[in-house]
Amino acid sequence: MEVVEKKNKNKKYKPILDGIPDWPVYQLSKNRKEFIEEVTQRSLARINELRPSSKQLLDELQTTVYREQQRMKRNRWRVDPADEPHFWSTIKDELVALTNKTPEESHTKAEEILKRIVHRYANEIAGNFNASSYKVTREIVKFWFGRLLNGARVKKFGAFFRNRYTLRDKIHIVGKVKHLRNLATKGTVVMVPTHFSNLDSILIGWVIHSLGLPAFIYGAGLNLFNIKIFAYFMNSLGAYKVDRRKKNLPYLETLKLYSTLAIQKGAHSLFFPGGTRSRSGLLEKQLKLGLLNSTIEAQRNLYIETPPGEDVRKIFIVPVTLNYHFVLEAPDLIDDYLSVKGQDRYLPEQDKYGSWQLLQFLFKFFTKGSNISVSIGRGLDIMGNHVDDDGNSLDTQGRIIDPRDYFISGGQITIDKQREDEYTRMLSQKIVSEYHRINRVFASHLVAFVAFEMWQKKHAKLDLFGLLRLPEEDEILDYEEFRETCKRVRKQIYRLKEDGKVYHATHLKGKIDLVIRHGLDNVGIFHLKRPLLINKEGNIITKDFNTLYYYHNRLVGYDLEKFI
Amino acid sequence: MTSKSLSDQPVGVIGAGNFGSVVANLLAQHRKVLLFARSEKVIQKILEKRENRGHTMHPNIEPTNDLAKIARECNVIFPIVPSEHFRSMIRQLSPHLHPYHILIHGTKGFDITIDEGHTIDSVPKLSRSQVKTMSEVIMEESVAVRVGCLAGPNLSKELADGHPAATVIASHFNEVVSIGKRLLKNEKFQVYGNNDLVGVELAGVLKNIIAIAAGALSGLGYGENAKGLLISRGMVEMVYLGRALGGNTKAFLGVAGVGDLVTTCNSSLSRNFTIGYRLAKGETLSDILKSTDEIAEGINTVRIAKKCADYYKVRAPITNVIYEVLFEDLTVPQALRYLMRYPLNVDIDFL
Repeated sequence: MEVVEKKNKNKKYKPILDGIPDWPVYQLSKNRKEFIEEVTQRSLARINELRPSSKQLLDELQTTVYREQQRMKRNRWRVDPADEPHFWSTIKDELVALTNKTPEESHTKAEEILKRIVHRYANEIAGNFNASSYKVTREIVKFWFGRLLNGARVKKFGAFFRNRYTLRDKIHIVGKVKHLRNLATKGTVVMVPTHFSNLDSILIGWVIHSLGLPAFIYGAGLNLFNIKIFAYFMNSLGAYKVDRRKKNLPYLETLKLYSTLAIQKGAHSLFFPGGTRSRSGLLEKQLKLGLLNSTIEAQRNLYIETPPGEDVRKIFIVPVTLNYHFVLEAPDLIDDYLSVKGQDRYLPEQDKYGSWQLLQFLFKFFTKGSNISVSIGRGLDIMGNHVDDDGNSLDTQGRIIDPRDYFISGGQITIDKQREDEYTRMLSQKIVSEYHRINRVFASHLVAFVAFEMWQKKHAKLDLFGLLRLPEEDEILDYEEFRETCKRVRKQIYRLKEDGKVYHATHLKGKIDLVIRHGLDNVGIFHLKRPLLINKEGNIITKDFNTLYYYHNRLVGYDLEKFI
Repeated sequence: MTSKSLSDQPVGVIGAGNFGSVVANLLAQHRKVLLFARSEKVIQKILEKRENRGHTMHPNIEPTNDLAKIARECNVIFPIVPSEHFRSMIRQLSPHLHPYHILIHGTKGFDITIDEGHTIDSVPKLSRSQVKTMSEVIMEESVAVRVGCLAGPNLSKELADGHPAATVIASHFNEVVSIGKRLLKNEKFQVYGNNDLVGVELAGVLKNIIAIAAGALSGLGYGENAKGLLISRGMVEMVYLGRALGGNTKAFLGVAGVGDLVTTCNSSLSRNFTIGYRLAKGETLSDILKSTDEIAEGINTVRIAKKCADYYKVRAPITNVIYEVLFEDLTVPQALRYLMRYPLNVDIDFL
């Protein structure tokens, strides 16, 4: 009965740069000191622009000190440096001493204090890429994943040490792979994947490596650095630290400039523009604009600062979608989403995952046939125009355009923050529509979508929360009807694919009964309560409306509802 | 590219109709203007007699029929052509445009795309995916992103005579608003900025429906009470339709909304008003269309707005009856009777 995925053509790719010393991220960490110095200088200039008068600057400093001291009082982490309380209390004393100085004196002093703060932040944020520990990490990950995979799949003694399966059999990389490799040699790549699961960062890290690309830098939550072993891995992979507790202006500006400058220096970067994992299971609709804004800023700076005669390094944005049959955290995520959305109409049940469940999951992930696919989209320039293999921006008619012109006003490049904010908004809309385009539909998405929408239609008078509160044991869908609906929706998905509006996995084709079976077998496969099952009479039942809703959401936004 | 500063570069105007000529004249007070006209005759007439459609053309205006030249020499271009030709004009212009171009249009109408096998008359409903504003057409058809629009109570004749007036430049980009202000402003002409581009465009388009209704009331010989009623209820209808199509309420309360509405509803100079007036006098739409060479955007707008209202289930009684008067066989007095009996009478429920 098993539906076999088309023979996986994934092959190993040669690295595009031979030695690690050629990697931009390596260059960055080699010149770490100068880089931090530059970040500091630019952040200072930027903050001075935002807070031009002494009064504003002093207010900002006082707020910063206050917030930092509150943070230390309330929420200290192991990773926080020991000298922190001392540092901030010294700053506070110095600020107090300023009150009886002349305005000129106090302004110079305030700037000096600001510089110390910003420098400290820049140092904290900066990554510590290390070539040898990168290699070690890479081997460890490869080794253990390989062991798990082979030990679990090949049921023979000693299989543990075979190399019959690798991650490449488990994870399908589809889409514009060659294009991406091309772009990575021609300019700086900023990869922007969708975010559904905690597994995503590991997965993307592996994908980047297996495509033969040099390590990408990315911002990782400082909380991960609390754990020593994680800190080691993160550092070795080129991560820089993002502390979500710190919301003060000097910190935020320093962080933003760090990523802007790193991109400007040619370090390929990765960030999840959705911010956090998608709570609802929907494809991202609203993106965080801050980091997208810094890519636009980096490109503009490159146009301004590259000496005449030299080629300006171009920045390419590459959208990526990750497609799963199963998201480990789905029940928690959807609970979060529903309780925010439904306020008091929805009361989540408590059900947390421990490390034991995580291990169980990993084992199941490797033993059962639940595949993951990663689709790489076509590269975009900083305005969301498609680019060709040579990195030229194309307009909708396929003519080559020069993105430099977007920054030109009255014949020369100008810096206009409001204009760039607007560009950022346009870029984010473009990325969202690319996500929908390159999204790959799995059989499990199809069955979840159809089942949920059929129930919704059956109870047309109930709103979402009413529907989710229905007793699961009473709800049954007739298989024949379900089958016909799946067929109709699948046909529409084919049509959308022809129009280039979505993709689907090869397993979606073929006999509809087999596709439905494949979908039912895989949807939310490891949840304690399965979202969809077939009962003894051969009809469709659910054990959990919430997770069913979650998996259904993956196909929202394609106007498929009217085919139910 | 040479670094010509904004001040010595010519400004482009595309479309030598009535409003296009007036805008060209306003711009020419500060700057050299390249005015695009399709017909060789119009160009010759401007060159020889400095006259077009009854307007004396400023000596700073150079007429041309070369779109490429306009795109090459001007960074700022004002496309002012009727909505039915707008998309095809932008398509011709598009190959010459670059992302640094700034386009501020002055067209108050919708663009529609209809599926094959349908016509505007046979299509039952229209959704926002088929109905576009002019700024959206520009963005779809070209690489230009810095786009804005010009809307407000701007009757061509009064502007040409130098009466005091004001307009709104709407754009998502402050840069576009401030350049538009600098280019157009003079002591008789005030320019306001607005960030709600779509809202301002919609206000300018939808007010034409109410203008037809105002002409009809006037044609029946009714006075100011009736007009006050129409303007205020028409305003409510515009807000609802405008919201359904993606604008904010605020844009309708400004110069381009209520300002433009009051002007067009009071003026026999307005083309849309005239159509309503003649309908009320008993002429049919086809008679009226035969006797005028100018395009009244309002007629198409009524057709489109009615079908959008049906799609989005917006209550739009005035639009509906005007539609029936224009395209079905309702008479103006019947329409009025229907409206006066309309059951819903909450004064303000949109704020």
